[in-house]
Amino acid sequence: MEQLNLGDSKGINRRRRSDQTLHIIFLACTSIGILALMALIVTIVTDGIFRLSPDLFTNYPSRIADKAGLKSPIVGTIYLLLLMAPLSFILGVGAAIFLEEYAGRSRWVRLIQLNISTLAGVPSIIYGILGLAIFVRGMNLGRSLLSGVLTMTLLVLPIIIVAAQEALRAVPKNRRDASYALGATKWQTVSSAVLPSAIPGIMTGVILALSRAIGETAPLIMIGALTYVAFLPENLLDSFTVMPIQIFNWISRPSEAFHELAASGIILLLIMLFIMNIIAVWIRNKYSKNI
Amino acid sequence: MNKTSPVAVNTKSMTFRRSKTRISDKIIPILLGLCALLSVFTTIGIVYTLLQESVIFFKEVPVWSFLTGTTWSPILPPKEFGVLPLLGGTLLITGIAILFAVPIGLACAIYLNEYAPARVRGVVKPVLEVLAGVPTIVYGYFALETVTPFLQKIFPNMGIFNALSAGIVVGIMVLPMISSLSEDAMRAVPKSLRHGAYALGATRFEVALKIVLPAALSGVVSSFVLAFSRAIGETMIVTVAAGATPQLTLNPLESIQTMTSYIVQVSMGDVPRGTIEYGTIFAVGLTLFVITFLLNILAQWVARRFREEY
Repeated sequence: MEQLNLGDSKGINRRRRSDQTLHIIFLACTSIGILALMALIVTIVTDGIFRLSPDLFTNYPSRIADKAGLKSPIVGTIYLLLLMAPLSFILGVGAAIFLEEYAGRSRWVRLIQLNISTLAGVPSIIYGILGLAIFVRGMNLGRSLLSGVLTMTLLVLPIIIVAAQEALRAVPKNRRDASYALGATKWQTVSSAVLPSAIPGIMTGVILALSRAIGETAPLIMIGALTYVAFLPENLLDSFTVMPIQIFNWISRPSEAFHELAASGIILLLIMLFIMNIIAVWIRNKYSKNI
Repeated sequence: MNKTSPVAVNTKSMTFRRSKTRISDKIIPILLGLCALLSVFTTIGIVYTLLQESVIFFKEVPVWSFLTGTTWSPILPPKEFGVLPLLGGTLLITGIAILFAVPIGLACAIYLNEYAPARVRGVVKPVLEVLAGVPTIVYGYFALETVTPFLQKIFPNMGIFNALSAGIVVGIMVLPMISSLSEDAMRAVPKSLRHGAYALGATRFEVALKIVLPAALSGVVSSFVLAFSRAIGETMIVTVAAGATPQLTLNPLESIQTMTSYIVQVSMGDVPRGTIEYGTIFAVGLTLFVITFLLNILAQWVARRFREEY
């Protein structure tokens, strides 16, 4: 009895010790992610903060680092965002409503669903190849803002559809039942009873998807968003550039001054993404209790 | 009498609205269905464009020599189109990323799920989500300006462009994916299983390793596969930090080229349609698409097939 206890307590001590050691190891591993994020932010801020000036907003890209700015890339990114937002919202939410409210559970619907989740995993550069072949060459839209908008819309659609479907699924069934009980038709139910309470969730998903899109570089390089654009696009068929592409261009140059410019461009890009994420979280928190 | 007839007026306006809504109830589902079908057309578009241009390419370069050739020299003569160096570069980057991200991501998921107090969890999870939202071009800058100089202190003969730095940063990029998907899978394991093990005297590590991890294994493994697929398709980090030297090597200190960074490199010049360089974009793109597509299917299959139901 005594011996057994002794053995057990030795065993339990060893097991406790290994549990504590692993606790520390797991904690250390978890902090690697946080440290990486801190290192990234510190690097970018120390490299780029003193290049932040109004010139960055008013100057066009230039071969001379001290004169170079981000005017056309900033405007290009904003145009891309404003044109993509309504298009991807309508198409994405439309698809989500169809799949959640109308389609039922047939084999075809399951196939479309599987297809959407597969598309979400396709590398973004493949969308760039698609845009190059279909919009730039096939439809002869050229290396234009319109090609960029269409390509990026296809890229974010799967993400928006999945987010919107989740938001629609979260609407309690009794709202639909109440609407039908009042004699509403299917579309009246969807548009007046279901959508209003799903819209905050949908908006959050759409904003997060768009914030991912404006950080994308590879697909727009593929469709040939130019890196040296010293004018603002005036119509949909004008060529354009966006912030990540100009940043990439500056990173690719050997000169240290351009790397600092790249860092300052990254600061602006991250601030923009941060604001979009804050808005998305704010919408989620403000409306999540009301459902 | 007339004052009591609102009912009649109502039915009249209702029948009027009925006919209007009936039209909308016929047309709207069709419009919505077209939105949903767009995703199918996207897939068809991807497969069609990749195949169509690749077929032209493979008329000049036999598929077999493309898949088994060990030299990739598409522009300088003698032109050779063996995809293995690009594939090898991609796998080297992905291998480093996975070696980095899998143990750390898994440790992270176990820590958050089994050890962390709620307050710590409430801070760490959002931070990891921020990491997931950082644009890849920013990671590229981080690899080139922070990670490479740091590694050069450890390996003095390492060049500016190398696979190791890019691979580690790709690992940092996919880390949140592994930790958050694995954590979701672990969280879905019923509390009663955990409580049973604790009641038998198990430590937290034993609960995590012997109870929670096996029960959540399908979700955890599928998160690895998805991270693998994401790392293969990652473009900007490798374009910025890994160089443009297509070569077959296992040495992580050397400059390599991946399939994705080749596609970017060749498309930066204005490649005329119909040339063999233009064809390489699609042939390499097709290879990339097939690999990531199969991995995504595998991840979904693993998650479904091996799921433990409680």
